[in-house]
Amino acid sequence: MDNLVMATPEQSVTERVERIAQPTPSIEPAPPLTFAVKNLSIWYGEKRAIDNVTLDVASNAVTAIIGPSGCGKSTFLRALNRMHELVPKTRMEGTVLLHGEDLYSRSVDPAIVRRRVGMVFQKSNPFPTMTIGENVIVGLRLNGVRNQKFLNERLEKSLRMAALWDEVKDDLHKPGTSLSGGQQQRLCIARALAVEPEVILMDEPCSALDPIATAKIEELIYELKARYTIVTVTHNMQQAGRISDYTAFFYLGRLIEFGPTTKIFTNPSERQTEDYITGRFG
Amino acid sequence: MHLKRADNHTWRKIKSTLASGIAFVSALLVIAPLGLVFFHLLVNGAGSVNWDFFTKLPAPVGALGGGMVNAIVGSLELLALAGAIGIPIGVLGGVYLAEYGSARINSVLRFLADVLNGIPSITWGVVVYGLVVLRFKGFSAYAGGLALGLIMIPLILRTTEEVVLLVPNGYREAALALGVSRWKTIVHIVMKTASKGIITGILLALARVGGETAPLLFTAFGNRFWNHSLSQPIAALPLQIFTYAISPYDDWHRQAWAGALVLVTGVFCVNVLVRILTRGRTASVV
Repeated sequence: MDNLVMATPEQSVTERVERIAQPTPSIEPAPPLTFAVKNLSIWYGEKRAIDNVTLDVASNAVTAIIGPSGCGKSTFLRALNRMHELVPKTRMEGTVLLHGEDLYSRSVDPAIVRRRVGMVFQKSNPFPTMTIGENVIVGLRLNGVRNQKFLNERLEKSLRMAALWDEVKDDLHKPGTSLSGGQQQRLCIARALAVEPEVILMDEPCSALDPIATAKIEELIYELKARYTIVTVTHNMQQAGRISDYTAFFYLGRLIEFGPTTKIFTNPSERQTEDYITGRFG
Repeated sequence: MHLKRADNHTWRKIKSTLASGIAFVSALLVIAPLGLVFFHLLVNGAGSVNWDFFTKLPAPVGALGGGMVNAIVGSLELLALAGAIGIPIGVLGGVYLAEYGSARINSVLRFLADVLNGIPSITWGVVVYGLVVLRFKGFSAYAGGLALGLIMIPLILRTTEEVVLLVPNGYREAALALGVSRWKTIVHIVMKTASKGIITGILLALARVGGETAPLLFTAFGNRFWNHSLSQPIAALPLQIFTYAISPYDDWHRQAWAGALVLVTGVFCVNVLVRILTRGRTASVV
């Protein structure tokens, strides 16, 4: 299966293989940070989902979060834009700094946090009542942007960045749900990009897609990293290896190991990481 | 081992036929009254449904002819008043139950709404009589509209709550993740997605109260002439049918049949409209 994924956009695969094979020297001097997470713990009622996690997310890089189901990957991701708070009875301890600002300080409005830290979900979810075009700019419109010229520009820009423009430019008035699964997911990425966030969180963005659509999204993630910081949760180890610069391995709510992807995949320090990556459990 | 046990097999077949037979007859019994009512109304009323019926006021006692235009318009006015009260409160209350509030308080509210739905409609008439008619010393369109509106509230509240709950959580999350505020998410995403279902609930509630007679008896009261002010008594189709049906005049009986036919046709049309609305594309969930 994974051979298929890797085979599709040929040129970039070689690029990516080279990138994974060579340790990137640019990470040696401490890279600029987007998130600084310190001693983060999260409870759902009595259940502790995240246990004392400390982790730094580098800017303009892809950080992948891997681990078996129920290890707290998604909860950690959602804590980065306060989406986990939508579940009733959550409690958190610790700090999450976004460029040095505490996301959880009392004066911070979660809506503003989410405007700066966008999110793409596992299941593509374009709004069924809206056209393709309306779906892209809905975030801006509902946040009060009225200037039609500006909206049109941003519409095209976002769709181009999401590598969807050429496929849908003549169908902008059709319902968003008329697109294929992979296109819908890229539409959701365009929708997230349209509000110009600094960070994009992706919660298993390819898990519902076929290999070809997956390859397109991976390609897109690689391109987006030039402008955005990306944190992605994935079940697919090969995918983490292909697309990410850093990998964090979570197990039972704890961060077991975190470091450059090349190191995690070739020379992990922890036994549990090695066992998981080599498929001995998980 | 006998793979075929003849008698056993026959007995099973009989039981199966019997069961489906009973189910079929039951289904027929459910549909039959509708057919009978419609047939009866057509036979007795169709002859009196004519141009005059829709354009003329009731004829003076003893004179033949006349129509029910005042009652038809009156019913529409009462429905407008009832909607003005019942729709906003019912819809907003339903959205509150589905989106806000604690599980505990909501289950109490839901229970109370169900109790309200079960209250006989004449009780609402009595309540409004006590609260409004006595205080303002007179029957009025306002009082009638209020009584109907109060009946609509729990109906609309429950249907709205149900269709709003059907909207997948993914849409709420998608909007919130774009930095859209909670109430804008609810209004522009959740309610828009559920709008067909909400409108269906409203139409069904209007159809239901449109046929109510009892709550209007001592609120709207009825009127043989045009209503010139909403603070005066007003005619309504079900009331007029009631008055005419218990009268001793044959001509009035015929008009009562015609009125009933018009009313049932109206309710029927609303239900067909609802079917068309809910058929649509499955994309918008409800």
